[in-house]
Amino acid sequence: MVAFFFAYFSLVSILAGALTVALRNPVHCGIALLTLLLHVAGLFFLLNAEFLAIVQIIVYVGAILVLYLFVLMLLNLKTDERVLHSRYPLFLVPAVLGCAYLLALMLRSPFGGVKGDAPVAAVLQHGDTYAVGIKMFSDYLLQFEIVGVFLLGAIIGAIVLAKTPTAADTDSREA
Amino acid sequence: MVPLSAYVAVSAVLFTTGVIGVLIRRNFIIVLMAVEIMLNAANLNLVAFSHYLDSMAGQIVALFVIAVAGGEAAVGLAIIIVVFRGKISTNVDEMNLLKW
Repeated sequence: MVAFFFAYFSLVSILAGALTVALRNPVHCGIALLTLLLHVAGLFFLLNAEFLAIVQIIVYVGAILVLYLFVLMLLNLKTDERVLHSRYPLFLVPAVLGCAYLLALMLRSPFGGVKGDAPVAAVLQHGDTYAVGIKMFSDYLLQFEIVGVFLLGAIIGAIVLAKTPTAADTDSREA
Repeated sequence: MVPLSAYVAVSAVLFTTGVIGVLIRRNFIIVLMAVEIMLNAANLNLVAFSHYLDSMAGQIVALFVIAVAGGEAAVGLAIIIVVFRGKISTNVDEMNLLKW
C-alpha cells in the first residue's frame, strides 16, 4: 500500500515538475507547481511528517503559490514571447553535467549515518507535531528566532521595494 | 517498505528539473518557480533522511526552509514588480541594468 502511494506521489510530482519547467503559459506553470507541491506533501505524509505536510499545504500552496498567481495576474504578461533563454543549449550542457555528477555521487553513497534519538515508535506515541515542537523550542530555539528576524527583514524589504514612488522621493532623487 | 534511496532518487530528479528550469527559461517568474521546485526537492531529502535515521532535526530544518522560501518569494516578486514598472520586461535576458 505504501509502495503504491509512493509510486503515485513520486511519479505525479516528477511529471508536474517537468510541466512547471516546460509549459509556455506562466499560469499553467503555476498550476503545475501547485500539483507538485500537493504531491510532495503526500510524500511527507508517507514519511510520518504530518505536521510538515500540513505546513507545506498551508504555507506553500495557500500563501506562496497564491502570491505567485497574484503577481502573474497583476503583471499581464505576454505569453507569445520566446520561452527559452536565447543561448539555452549553452546552459543545458553544464546542467546535464551537474546532474550526471549528482547521479554518480548518489550511486556511490552507502546512505548510512548515525541513528538519532527519535525512533518512529517514540514519535508516534505523542504525534509528530509534539516531537517537532519539543525539538524546535529546545535545541533549535536560536535558529527559530533568527528565522523570525529574517522574515521581518523580508517583509520590510518587499514593502519598500514594491512601494509606489511618491513625489517627495522623486524630488529628493533629482536634487 | 520503500527504501531511502527511492526518496533520494525522486528528490534528485526534482532538483535536476529545477536546475534545468532556472538555466533555460527566460521568464523571471518561472525561474523563481523552478527555485521553489529545488527547495522542495531539498525538503524531501531532509524529511526522508530524518525518517530513516530516526532524527527530528531534518524536519526542523525543512520547516526553516519553508519559511526562507516564503521570504524569498516575497522579495523576488517585489523585485519583479519594480522591474516591470520600469517598463522592462520580465525576461532575464533583458534585465541588465547592473551590467557594465
